Amino acid sequence: MIEMRYPTVSRRTAPLGWGSMMVVAGAIALSLAAGAAMLAAHGKAPLTGIWLLFYGGFGSGWALEDSLLKAIPIFLCSLGVGLAFRLQVWNIGAEGQFALGAVGAAWPALTFPQLPAILLIPAMMAAAMIAGGLWGMIPGLLKTRLQVNEIIITLMLNYIGILLLDYLCYGPWKDPVSFGFPMSPTFSPHAVVGTIGSSRIHWGLFFCIGFGVAMWIFLRFTRLGYELRASGENPLAAHYAGLPYRRLVVMVMVVGGGLAGCAGFLEASANINRLQPSIMVGYGYTAIIVAWLARLNPLQIAVAAYLLAGLRVGVENLQLDLQVPAAFGGIVEGLILLSVLAGGFFNHYRLRFRSRS
Amino acid sequence: MKKIFFWMACAVLTVFVAGAGAEEMKVGFVYVSPVGDAGWSYAHDQGRLSVEALDGVSTSFVESVPEGPDSERIIRNMARKGFDLIFATSYGYMDSMAKVAKEFPGTIFMHCSGFKTAQNMGNYFGRMYQARFLAGMTAGAMSRSNTLGYVAAFPIPEVIRGINAFTLGARAVNPEATVRVVWTKTWYDPATEKEAAKSLLDVGADVIAQHQDSPSPQEAAQERGAYSVGYNSDMSAFAPKAHLTASIWNWGPFYVRTVEQVRSGTWESGSWWPGLKEGLVDLAPFGPMVPENLKTLVLERKSRIENGQAPVFSGPIADQKGNLRIAEGETPSDEALLGMTWFVKGVIGSTQ
Repeated sequence: MIEMRYPTVSRRTAPLGWGSMMVVAGAIALSLAAGAAMLAAHGKAPLTGIWLLFYGGFGSGWALEDSLLKAIPIFLCSLGVGLAFRLQVWNIGAEGQFALGAVGAAWPALTFPQLPAILLIPAMMAAAMIAGGLWGMIPGLLKTRLQVNEIIITLMLNYIGILLLDYLCYGPWKDPVSFGFPMSPTFSPHAVVGTIGSSRIHWGLFFCIGFGVAMWIFLRFTRLGYELRASGENPLAAHYAGLPYRRLVVMVMVVGGGLAGCAGFLEASANINRLQPSIMVGYGYTAIIVAWLARLNPLQIAVAAYLLAGLRVGVENLQLDLQVPAAFGGIVEGLILLSVLAGGFFNHYRLRFRSRS
Repeated sequence: MKKIFFWMACAVLTVFVAGAGAEEMKVGFVYVSPVGDAGWSYAHDQGRLSVEALDGVSTSFVESVPEGPDSERIIRNMARKGFDLIFATSYGYMDSMAKVAKEFPGTIFMHCSGFKTAQNMGNYFGRMYQARFLAGMTAGAMSRSNTLGYVAAFPIPEVIRGINAFTLGARAVNPEATVRVVWTKTWYDPATEKEAAKSLLDVGADVIAQHQDSPSPQEAAQERGAYSVGYNSDMSAFAPKAHLTASIWNWGPFYVRTVEQVRSGTWESGSWWPGLKEGLVDLAPFGPMVPENLKTLVLERKSRIENGQAPVFSGPIADQKGNLRIAEGETPSDEALLGMTWFVKGVIGSTQ
């Protein structure tokens, strides 16, 4: 008689721990395999393609540098939205907070261009984080005081923030010698965050490390961090336990806004050296993907931000060498997100093949 | 595991051999939107294909590149990979290209639609406003409601200049015509462009023109039984019943000439702004609904623009408020045209 084997699903009793890394690795491998199949269907050499993708994103000193540079703003935004998600506060507004940060940073840079860098850079950073933080505080207060849905408000504020940035670039801050193009004058050298040694990485990397470590310590070792985690697990229970839920909501929104604002400051200062509408490339939305890929853990957010940045940089390499359509990158990115999230199933459940007896 | 390394090594080798082949000249293109869009990047890519057809020249491109830091990285990577000549085809790439040009003095950089130059970086554009004027004449004469709709990307001089030329053309044949402008704040977003076109049709526009990179405004016009004027390339295939004509780009000859100059070492930095006369911009064939006498009128004006007898912008031209901006008998300098930030009389909309 043929032995029948059939799968059964049961709930895990113990957390998967390091095994979850295997699940993520498997999900990524599966997505890349699907990507390779697409390349083959497109008439391109699939293995060469995957290699070019990897090589372009991570395979050389330049690639590592490029990916790191691109990961910095994604990481900062993601750290902020990840904190809010922990509390089950759905902050979709990093994009607008990033815009406000860029605007905030540009204000001192354009108003006091002659200040020495030692004063001007901190002033820009402070202005950026305050502007971003206040932009985050609005939905925080609306949610806690008036029970307004934060998803709608943060999303709407993105458009308002970006329009404010546009208005300044097209209007009051427009460079008089730009032939009417929407861009502020170039920042003075005092307003530019420098690069580390001879690399192209700017000092913003250290802000990332600093903020990342501070976030980890805060969540892990402080009372407020504990309350935040507890409230996130079960807001209703936290409420009955007398935890300061409202204060926590406003706090995560302000901190998230400040971090996104800091990312806006670094992009404007170190990368573009001026304020212009094309500073907005969707890092605030990418941050949401990264936060979920990393399951809201600060260290994993750093890894996920770096991997996603590397993927995007690698896809450019793939385009240049194999002339693959740009949409390929978006498809692989979507596949990875879907398969990693679907793989989350295995963190809580196990699949076993049993023979029917 | 060994097998994987073997294949990886093979892959690297292939790339290496392909890259270091004969003494081929490598030409790179950076596009702001996908090439398959029948629009701006499609037109540039048609030009690239003319370059690709040359002997001893290979080309590649990266599409959908956001303006800003991403473009800087892509241009730099092209320079690192040994591309000899790089064309960047959106105004937002200007600062990025200028930065990279400083780092790679041995590479030639060409930026489209900006104003910065360097020893090894030139800029180029086309006088699309000349073709826009002719398209405007066609649209103005075909309109029954005297309301023309214009789906426009960003309020920057390039777009404003085109709207002005289109309006002047329309009012040259139909003094009652007005042009309503909607800003989409995107170069390429088919859904947004279509919505914008519909909003113009809703307020009574019966010809839709566009400064956008997808043909969806054309489709919106056809669905409502209105007319349309295309841009970038002949878009008649997307809306055969609506498409009157289109103002189109023809980059091939210019790109081929630049490549030949760089190859022979005769290239020198500068600013290029050719137009109808040189064939860089043109008018697509008229649709069957355009009457013969109108065709003759437009083509007659075309030849007078080409030979310099009838420049598009020649005074008197008043702005929206009726103030005289270009006096009788005057023609603005190229600098004034490149920095144009005001609308002529007859445009309904704001430049903000």
